[in-house]
Amino acid sequence: MKIAIPSEDRELDSLVADTFGRADYFYVWQEETAEGSWLDNSGIAMQGGAGIKAAQLLIDAGVEVLLAPQCGENAAQVLNQAKIKLYQTQYATVEENLSAFLAGKLTMEITPHASRH
Amino acid sequence: MKIAVLSGKGGTGKTMVAVNLAAVAQEVVYLDCDVEEPNGRLFLEPEATEEQTVKVTIPQIKADLCIGCRKCVDFCRFNALALIEEKAVLFPDVCHPCGGCELLCPVGAVSQQEKIVGYVEKGIIANGKIYTGVLKLGEESGVPIIRELIAKSKQEEVKLTIIDCPPGSACVVMESIQDADYCLLVAEATTFGQHNLAMVYELSKLFGKPCGVVLNKCFTEENPSEEFCLEHNIPILERLTYDEEIGRINGKGGILAKEKAIYAQRFRQLLARIEKEVSCL
Repeated sequence: MKIAIPSEDRELDSLVADTFGRADYFYVWQEETAEGSWLDNSGIAMQGGAGIKAAQLLIDAGVEVLLAPQCGENAAQVLNQAKIKLYQTQYATVEENLSAFLAGKLTMEITPHASRH
Repeated sequence: MKIAVLSGKGGTGKTMVAVNLAAVAQEVVYLDCDVEEPNGRLFLEPEATEEQTVKVTIPQIKADLCIGCRKCVDFCRFNALALIEEKAVLFPDVCHPCGGCELLCPVGAVSQQEKIVGYVEKGIIANGKIYTGVLKLGEESGVPIIRELIAKSKQEEVKLTIIDCPPGSACVVMESIQDADYCLLVAEATTFGQHNLAMVYELSKLFGKPCGVVLNKCFTEENPSEEFCLEHNIPILERLTYDEEIGRINGKGGILAKEKAIYAQRFRQLLARIEKEVSCL
């Protein structure tokens, strides 16, 4: 299972990015091989539809779970249709949230917010 | 002559200035491009109004025909399309109907359907006409309605057109000022007002439009917007002092130039000054 987390920087102790669509990076953790990698979010510079673009990036990377503080309606619709599960982060850093999720401690699903522009 | 009245934020007095300029003109066409909140008509009180709906065409994707080639998804610069489980999915609210996806689709899975996004209301006022653009609640972009307003104004043979623009400096404002001969920027006397003035000034410059400023709600000696004008050599055409009476008259839908002789004179002078600025170009 691949797990993605929006991040402000390319370090495990980086802060989780506040917004999904306009996060700088995504950390993707592959559970089976215990390997992590970083994705640059090209959606960040987009005028609109950044959430949709970022969701597409995760679909293309084969992600199955997203851990994020929040997520917009459009992005959530793409992620839901692609059967990607959305859980709310509860800690500050990428690593803390990933560990918590793997320990079964992140169970709250995200309620999407209306789109911003 | 077409004068666009704009400001970097709402509530600076843009509509107040626009309706007063219209009121002192001999003959005028008033375009209300502030389609999310078109309130020029509350002051100008048009009669014999007629409505005309504004439609756009948006794509529709037939999932059974889509082969998931991704061409449309990669093409769409507004990210209105996503490829989910090998099928293209459209997000109509994000779509800026350009028709690109239909052109690119190799199997004809994209067709167009009409959608009503609002309407244009035409009305008669004492000294001319008013066209009001109204965006349907929940619609994202007023651009198609503003395009229709501009098209309507081109059919009118009148010496003066006043364009009441939406606040800010986004696409809707760019669309509204495209055809203007002059940009009249209304700014408040605060640091925030100055910041917003800088945005619309930059936009006017980008479009190569001559511009001047009305400083509104001036209440102290210190005026960051005025300093900005002096620094950038922008003509200050009028200074209106913060005055509760202006607020009261405006708040009940009154037009200052009609209720107070002094304002009739000042707005006539403002209009004359703009005419002079434009004729000197």
